[in-house]
Amino acid sequence: MALLSKKDTNLILDPLADNNPITIQVLGICSALAITAELQASVVMAISVLFVLGVGNVVISLLRNIIPTKIRIIVQLIVVATLVIIVDQVLKAFAYELSKTLSVFVGLIITNCIIMGRFEAFALGNGPWKAFLDGIGNALGYGIILIVVGFFRELLGSGTLFGIKVFGDPVAKSGLYATGYENNGFMIIPPAALIVVGIIIWVQRSKNRALIEEN
Amino acid sequence: MAFNKENNSYTIVFAAIMVIVVGSVLAYLASALSDKIEENERFEKQQNILYAMGVNENKNEGSVNFVPTDRVETEFSKYITDQLVINGDQITNNDEAYLIDLKKQITAIKKGESAELPVFIGEKEGNKYYIIPMYGKGLWDAIWGFIALNENMVVQGVYFDHKAETPGLGANIKQRYFLDDFIGESILSNDQLKGIAVAKGNNDPENNIKDDNEVDALAGATITGNGVSAMIRESVNLYKDYLETIRVN
Repeated sequence: MALLSKKDTNLILDPLADNNPITIQVLGICSALAITAELQASVVMAISVLFVLGVGNVVISLLRNIIPTKIRIIVQLIVVATLVIIVDQVLKAFAYELSKTLSVFVGLIITNCIIMGRFEAFALGNGPWKAFLDGIGNALGYGIILIVVGFFRELLGSGTLFGIKVFGDPVAKSGLYATGYENNGFMIIPPAALIVVGIIIWVQRSKNRALIEEN
Repeated sequence: MAFNKENNSYTIVFAAIMVIVVGSVLAYLASALSDKIEENERFEKQQNILYAMGVNENKNEGSVNFVPTDRVETEFSKYITDQLVINGDQITNNDEAYLIDLKKQITAIKKGESAELPVFIGEKEGNKYYIIPMYGKGLWDAIWGFIALNENMVVQGVYFDHKAETPGLGANIKQRYFLDDFIGESILSNDQLKGIAVAKGNNDPENNIKDDNEVDALAGATITGNGVSAMIRESVNLYKDYLETIRVN
């Protein structure tokens, strides 16, 4: 018997492709634009959201029968905010360097619409194990897009990956730059992320025509 | 369920309990971790000061590498020979000067109150370094740093940091290639203490001219760059009297 039933596996796999939170549901776009200028920031953000969404979904799912409907949004917000502050404080104490990279994103995680969206749409109506898988799946789907966008923006915009120069030195004109190649500064500014996300959506829909909405 | 979830009093009780639970969890966490966090912040300041005077683990090129935290305290007491506090005309020694919050001192000066300005004197291989702290604002939030000078008012090293500048743009002020551009630049112009400006289009992207009071700006980070220029200028201004006393030519 498999570790996960087919239904459970789909909870993780669906958001990676055909039900991706960014490219299909178009949620979480704000943070995808803001922090993908560098690959490292994208990875840190993806891991943070993975933790917050995985744990948050379980907490909301456990509380789903006792949360008063009238204040459920506030309760969800408090759960996210508490988790983010816990992560931030623990990192500050035990991984100080990493916490400095992350501190910029704390506010962005709290307001990430994917997190509130999953709490509201899934965790409030399903058991903790299913909610956990759903959280992991959606966070991975979000993370993959973030990393792909971050990869192209850092590579084409700065000529680096994780801060390592891959095309040679742009100032000393070595490597690829010797042939007249220039970094595209446009890739670093947020609108470029929108274009990269747009291209990903285009590629995905042309491969799977069932995703194209009918008018 | 035995109780009505839509009941107002249930909602209020639920909210109250939640606030108490969340509040105590966070309060407990904050107090349990505060010692460790304070220690990290202290180490970081020491690392930054040492970095500015060139005590670091940097390789030939690439990234910024600080002295590791397990050695930073011994290295700090080894290389930093004096920590001075300037209060008006008075200069006193204070071994905890590096913990002074420059932001508060600048606020006090703006209000016309007396302030305590820290200076760190380092010694390495027979050379003396005068390290002054800086504080200013970038595009989104605070930026700060340290600048190490010698007696000729030539920069020996800098370190900048920021609270929330844009990753990939303004946040690059703490990158090695930007920090290294400052080394060797003079803060003097026509024999006056001037500072160093982060300039666009200074026709010197490789930074070969060291007496132009300019380093090449970061693309797409104009406001952060202007913030750095202003921060250096204001800091130099703040320490003007002291710097004049140590200056040899």
